[in-house]
Amino acid sequence: MDILIYGTINSIMLALMALGFALVYGTSRIPNFAHGAIYVVCGFVTWAFVRGLGLNYFVGILLALALTGLLGALMYRFVLVRVRGMNISEIIASYAIGLALLEGLRWGGFKGTTYTLPVFIEGSITIGEIPVDYQRILVVVIGILLVAFLWVFTHYTRIGLALRGMAQDERAALMLGIDSDTMALVAMALGSMLAGLAAILILPLGNIVVEKGYDVLIQAIAVCIVGGLGSWMGAVLAAFLIGFAQILTTVYLGSHFQMVVALLAIIITLILKPSGLFGQQKELEERV
Amino acid sequence: MNTEQQRKERLDRGIKVRSDGLYALMGWQELTYLTLPRLVLILGFLALPLVMPSMYWNRVITIVCIYALLALSFDFLAHFVGLVSLGGAFFIGVGGYLSAIFNTSFGIPPMLSIPMAALSGAIVCTVLLLPCLPLRGVYFAIVTLMYPLALARVIEATDILGGTDGILGIDSFPNEWVEQYSVILLVLLFLFAIRRLVNTDVGLVIRAVKDNDQAVRASGMSVNFYKAGAVFIGSAMGCMGGACLVHVYMWGGISLFALDFSILPIAATVIGGSGTLVGPVLGCLILVPISELLRDFGTLRIVFYSILLVCFVVFRSEGLMVYGERKYHQFERWVKV
Repeated sequence: MDILIYGTINSIMLALMALGFALVYGTSRIPNFAHGAIYVVCGFVTWAFVRGLGLNYFVGILLALALTGLLGALMYRFVLVRVRGMNISEIIASYAIGLALLEGLRWGGFKGTTYTLPVFIEGSITIGEIPVDYQRILVVVIGILLVAFLWVFTHYTRIGLALRGMAQDERAALMLGIDSDTMALVAMALGSMLAGLAAILILPLGNIVVEKGYDVLIQAIAVCIVGGLGSWMGAVLAAFLIGFAQILTTVYLGSHFQMVVALLAIIITLILKPSGLFGQQKELEERV
Repeated sequence: MNTEQQRKERLDRGIKVRSDGLYALMGWQELTYLTLPRLVLILGFLALPLVMPSMYWNRVITIVCIYALLALSFDFLAHFVGLVSLGGAFFIGVGGYLSAIFNTSFGIPPMLSIPMAALSGAIVCTVLLLPCLPLRGVYFAIVTLMYPLALARVIEATDILGGTDGILGIDSFPNEWVEQYSVILLVLLFLFAIRRLVNTDVGLVIRAVKDNDQAVRASGMSVNFYKAGAVFIGSAMGCMGGACLVHVYMWGGISLFALDFSILPIAATVIGGSGTLVGPVLGCLILVPISELLRDFGTLRIVFYSILLVCFVVFRSEGLMVYGERKYHQFERWVKV
């Protein structure tokens, strides 16, 4: 029973972490290796607003999300747009930005256990003899709402449809008058905000530490690769697969193995079926 | 309205054209033109330990050479074979651990355990990477980035090979001169050997794998065979570096899989000029001492070279060496269009 409950919670957390990465890669084909860094930066910005400046928690969150979106947009506008289409340069550039952000934070003294965000609602309830605190319930609820919202957004709004058009065929989208650079910018901003949202939801459960940035990046990549790069529904399903696998190994082998599961999932998926469970990539694009 | 525009025209220098063929042997000028850059590199490297004899700089020179080996391996794999390996730390880690085991468990002296670790490490790396070889582009990059992380976590979780404490009590080199000159000679040896290799017939096939693998396949040659061979050479260089590193620090642990070893060689290659083989070595010569000088600033130095890397990727993607070569071989002038 506790495996079921905590597995679900863990899976939804993974899905939250990965949605931003999947969105950016799906629309603009940029593997955003700064994803983890953005996650941590948003956590610290929220901390600065709430604990440092003493703003209202809700206002602080909104401001932090806006700032994170802006950060993503700036990153795209000034760096990534110049290397777009060059796979390796994209990886190197975004990874270097992420590294600079994370190590800059570490240098700025943001380490240790002093940085925590308050939970939204204190307390816990008991589901079938297992206590679950409200924050985790909130993560699940908001996670499900977010997936539903994204589905509606990409199916019924102009921007969402444009994003999907880009994802399916960039050249055809260009012919229909969709500006691919603007859309990639929007995707980058949205993706960063999703990372930020995940940070705000998940970070109150623990400390804000720089190392989380690397873990989040690995987990997001693991989910996206197992699900198939660029496929959102695949990412959600893969999040459940990896989430339950992680909880099972934690219960039966020990918590050290949690990251090993994610890493092995990446390696095995890439070796056996690089397009992932639900990927739509052509065989020739990824393999000889 | 002024529609007159100018563009830069680049022409080969006369001396370059003359020294391209056999005529190079006809005069001292041409001979000097050809050999000067190479001599400057070789003699410069050999003179380094004599110019900077202090203990601190000795260590820096050794580290520069180890990073140079790694950067060479990255450049060779990425720009001649088309396999972008973000896992320099994987090679360093495998080579380092193997050499540490050979030395501590079997008592093999460093001068023997390093080549042994390079060879066996290259075999281990090639076998482990064998299933990923058919992958392309981003996929290979991601999988190689994950290998060192996964190995480090496995060692941490299962507590094998000394766990988080690492392996202690490894022999060092006999003295600092042996240490420095052996790594310097290794760098020079590999540098010129790889330059030779990519121009031989085998090298031609290897470069063809990068440019158009379907054509190689259509010619009846196994793409994966050549890729595996190239990975063997590349990982041998990386493992050699790792083995030297273990004997320099007299300690081997999880930090051998640190991201430093993955990111710094890439930065050096991008800054030095990708695809030139000399460029990465030059990049290491610039980057590593700077990073050592900035050691007082802690992790700020990683910030520094990440930003430098981004700037080079975005604004000067050709790198220093390509720029230098162009200036050396060609002259430029403005012409009206």
